[in-house]
Formats: sequence, C-alpha cells, structure tokens
Amino acid sequence: MYALRGAVILTVLLSSLATHAQSDQERGFAIAERSDLTDQGFGSSTVELTMTLSDPSGRTTTRELRIDTLEKEGEGNGDKSLTIFYSPPDVDGTALLSHARILDSDNQWLYLPALRRVKRISSSNKSGPFVGSEFAFEDLTSGELGKYEYTYLETRTVDGMEMDVLECVPRYERSGYSRLNCYYDTEVYQTRKIEFFDRGGQLLKTLKLEDYREYPGGFWRPHLQTMTNHLTGKVTTIAAGEYEFDVDLDNRDFEPSALDRL
Amino acid sequence: MRCTRIIAVAAALLPCAAADARGFDFRPEITLEARLFPDDPALPGQHDTLQGGIVIGGDGRWRSSDRNSRVLLEPYLRLDSEDPERTYFDFRELSFAREFDNWDLLLGVSQVFWGVAESRNVVDVINQFDTIEDVDEGEKLGQPMVRLSRRDDWGTMEFFYLPYFRERLFAGADGRLRFGAVVDTNAARYERSGEEWAGDVALRYSNRFGGIDLGLHAFYGTSRNPLLETDTEADTAGTRLIPLYQRLRQTGLDLQYTTGPWLWKAEAVVARINGDTFLSGVGGLEYTFFDMAGKGIDIGIIGEYLYDNRDPLRTPINIFDNEVFVGTRVTLNDAQDTELLAGAIVDDATGAVQGSIEFQRRLGDRMLLELEARSFSSSGDVLLQPFDRDDHVTLRLVAYF
Repeated sequence: MYALRGAVILTVLLSSLATHAQSDQERGFAIAERSDLTDQGFGSSTVELTMTLSDPSGRTTTRELRIDTLEKEGEGNGDKSLTIFYSPPDVDGTALLSHARILDSDNQWLYLPALRRVKRISSSNKSGPFVGSEFAFEDLTSGELGKYEYTYLETRTVDGMEMDVLECVPRYERSGYSRLNCYYDTEVYQTRKIEFFDRGGQLLKTLKLEDYREYPGGFWRPHLQTMTNHLTGKVTTIAAGEYEFDVDLDNRDFEPSALDRL
Repeated sequence: MRCTRIIAVAAALLPCAAADARGFDFRPEITLEARLFPDDPALPGQHDTLQGGIVIGGDGRWRSSDRNSRVLLEPYLRLDSEDPERTYFDFRELSFAREFDNWDLLLGVSQVFWGVAESRNVVDVINQFDTIEDVDEGEKLGQPMVRLSRRDDWGTMEFFYLPYFRERLFAGADGRLRFGAVVDTNAARYERSGEEWAGDVALRYSNRFGGIDLGLHAFYGTSRNPLLETDTEADTAGTRLIPLYQRLRQTGLDLQYTTGPWLWKAEAVVARINGDTFLSGVGGLEYTFFDMAGKGIDIGIIGEYLYDNRDPLRTPINIFDNEVFVGTRVTLNDAQDTELLAGAIVDDATGAVQGSIEFQRRLGDRMLLELEARSFSSSGDVLLQPFDRDDHVTLRLVAYF
C-alpha cells in the first residue's frame, strides 16, 4: 500500500520534472520559430558579399561573391541557394548550388568554369571549412528551424540589447558541434550571436551578426557577420551589400543545368 | 564564311538586350610556363630539356541587367620556344547567349563538358581536345556552335548544331610527346564529303532524381579522335602520319549516384565508326574523407576502370582498352585554395603505366602557381612506347590583371 503510494508520488514528481523540462524546450522552440516566421514569404533574394579571411599575423584574403536564394517549398526542404565567386581571379566564375534539406543530406553541385564542368559533390562535409574561411559548410546551410533541438536557457542583456539565449543541439548527422548557444533579440527576433561548442564541449567559435536592416515586407538582414575562431585566432567577416528581394528567379534557375549559363 | 554569318546573327540579336547593359568586363591574364624533360630525346630533331611557353589570354564577360543575355570572350594565344606547332591562337570562347522563358539560345564559339568520371570522359564529344597544350584530355579548343536548350520540370534538353570541325593539333618535328613519324596536319583527310564544313548534330537530355544525376546523348558527325595513317607515298621528308577524321554515330549515357561521402560513376557509349560498332566505357567510385583530424583537409580516393572493345588495329590514338585508374585528390581548404591530384592509369594487359601529379596554390591575391608532373612507362606497349623518354614536369605561373 505504502509502496504503491510511494510509486504514485514518484510518478507525479517525475512527470512534473518532465513537464518542466519540456516547457524549456517548448519555450526554446517557440522563440526559434518566432524568429523563423519573420523570414517567411521572402520569396527570393540576391546579395553581393565581401568575405575577408584574416589570420593572427594580419594576412588577409578577400573573396567577392553573390548569393541568390530561393525560399523553401514543402516539408523536408530547405532554401535553395546559388553562390557565385568573383574573386580571387583564379576562382572567378566558380559556383556552388545547394538544395538544403532539413535532416537528409543537402544536394550540392559545383561548377568549375575552366572545364565548364558541373559536378555533383558530396554534402556529407558539414564541419569542414567553407573556402578556407572560419565558416563551416553547416554554418551556411543550416539556418533551418528543423535542424536543431532547442532549449531555453535565459533572457539577459547582451551588448545593451535584451536577448533570449537558447541551447541548440544539431539533429543532423556529422555535425562538428556538440551544441550552439543562440542569441535572439526580444524586439525584432533576429539572431544576434551564436557560440559554437566543439564535440568535446569546448567553445570553438563565436559568430556576431550586426548592422541589421529592415527591408520592405518586414524582412531583416545582417550586413556584417564576424566569425572568430578562439582556437586559431583567425577571423572571417562577411560584409553584405544591399539585398534585393522578389528577384526574377524560379526553380529552373536553381537546377544544375543552369550552372553553365551564369 | 559561315563563321562570319554566325557572328552577324549574334550582332543582330545584341541590340535587343544592350539597352540596360552593365558594361563589358575583361580581365587579362598571362601565363609563364616551363616544361622540363629530364631525359634525352628519343627522336632526332626533338628539343632538349627546356620548353618555354607564354600564354596571353583573358576572360571577358558581359551580362544584361535583367540577366537574360550574356556575352563571353576568351581569346588564347600560346607562344612556344621550341615547337612552332605549339604556337597558335584560339578563341576558347566567343559566344552570345539569350534566355527566352524556358529556352536558352547560344551562338558562337564555346565549350561543353559532358561526363562524370575523373580519368577520362568517353561521353565528352562536342569539343576537340587541345592535346598539344596538355596530353591529358583536360584542355579543349573552342567549338563553333548553335546550342538551343530547354529546361523544364521533366529535365533539360539540349540541341547542338556544330557547323565547323576543329582539327586536332599535334607536336611538330621539334616537339616532344609525339610518335616516331610527324603528323602532317595540312594533309588531314575526312571520311565525310563536306570535310570540316560537313557539320555535326547532337542531342542531350539531363535530369536528376534524388541522389542520381543522369545524362543521355546522341551524336552524329565527325569523330574528334583521328585515325593516324602512315603515308607510304612520302616524297621528301620520310614517313609521315596523316590524320583521318571518320564519321561517328554515337549514343551514350553518364550516371552518377551520390550517397554520403560516396560518388558512384559510370559513362558508356555505343559508337559506330567505319562499319565497326564498339562499346567504350568508364566506371568507378570516389570516396572522400572530409575534414581530416579536424584540420579542414579533405582526402578523396578515386578508383576507375576503363574499357574499350574496338579493334586495336583500327583504333585512333586511344590506349584505354582495359585500364585501371587509381588516384587521390587532396584539398587543403585553406585561404590559398591549395589542391593536389595524383593518379596513375595502368594497362591490365601490358602493365604500361601513365602517372601524373597536379598541384596548385594561389600566391598572393592575383597569381596562381601550378605544378604538373607526368611519367610514361610503356613496358613494351607499342602505343605508349614513343613517350617513354618524355617524362616531364611543367611549372606554370598565372598572373591575373
């Protein structure tokens, strides 16, 4: 009898613990979803970017690129993106086409202009560096809501702005990270900062997203992103020009057969 | 004559897009090249250790602001210190293209790549290979063409009309990497009566299904790969080789299946030349170890098998009858985009080996360093034997302006 009552109490205790844990997860997901919703309906966009790679000795390399993006359609799919490099001159015309998926591997094709060759490439490279930068492939293609499990940690003031801090754990395979700390501002719900922890749980990199500007339709875009690698001291910045929305792009422009006519 | 007409048509189409032009951008580039042959030449007349080269070229591009029209220009002038045959000018690209809804029309001189394999692409038939620039089939001469393509939900269909044939370039008497007798390109013969103006047509369909990328094609025209006939009526300079360009009918497919770090590849053609029908194919796989030891380095392992069952006595310069290719690709993913590709093709029957190492790395912002080494070991293989003393290292420095 007592034993049974004890079991009931234990069950109640456990379930209330579970409810509490779930509420942090629910709250975390709600915050991430609220941020994701601010971007819904952007359709398509194009932007020119300058990526600057610098190492602690002060050496820098600059890459100019353009990214065309087409908003996702349907469950399980992410956005489609087309990245074209203009400089350095030896990679001028090189392009990367990516069809992001939520949990499956993305589909990716590379265009090599010297050979006029369109090459389907493996996308299982998540943790490797993107063109020598401090951005990993997964940092660029995993801005999809479904790619993480979220847990709400706290709300606090960072850099003079009130922010919700979430723990984001990658749900996709082969991530180089054990977890991320994601900072969303509580006013317009944009990502302001991400801390990346390696598989050993050590802080590896910090990404700051600054100079957010609002475009017609209520879409926000950062115009300066700074990724700092705490292990190597290397820094990569991405400075964005003006975004253009509602560009005349459709699915056919994001097919591999479109790569040799850029 | 016909070339002029194509350019006239392109010029007539231009003004309709020129209204909102963004301006034409041309980036010149100059390449300094040194090819070093450590062994003494095998044949009289061939040059010694050093072959110097300069390439003056560049990349010109124009695009209308609605992105629907584009012009590409790539002139290419190669000057060689030893072999006059290796001094030549080519338009790698000189084309105008315009999109109309689902259609895309390209007019002019251009290049096309078909295929998925790394060692050799048996389906890649549109352009003549520039084998005097490099013996691997990595460089191409510009091909005059009309290309009409349609992209749709059911895939992409491309139609090609190739009005003018580009003959292959061969090393002259002074050059290394040639056969015992010199090829007399001025005496080239054609099986088809229109000769270089006979015209070729091709059709290609491509699509993707999940992890599969598929291409199907058909080609009717003149084979880019000539049969070299020994000239028995040679008058003065002894024996010479005369290229014979034969009629080719070909259908084929290329297929790649991508799953995780694995790429599975296959290319095959059924071709008909001079009454012989034969099968030519290449198949294999590529596996990549990504981000080795967290250092960002990718190491790919490539293995391919090459097959060709045509009659060896009536075979053009094609030594890929039963060969195995093994190779590796190392990508450092660093700020200088450092890359290394090494491989060897081994003949199952004769044991002949062709080895190569290609390395490239950017120096500063506007220079590229390329290093290539090629070796030939014929083991008595008749087709490879003439190259036995032509192992070489090529050093190339490209400056972009």
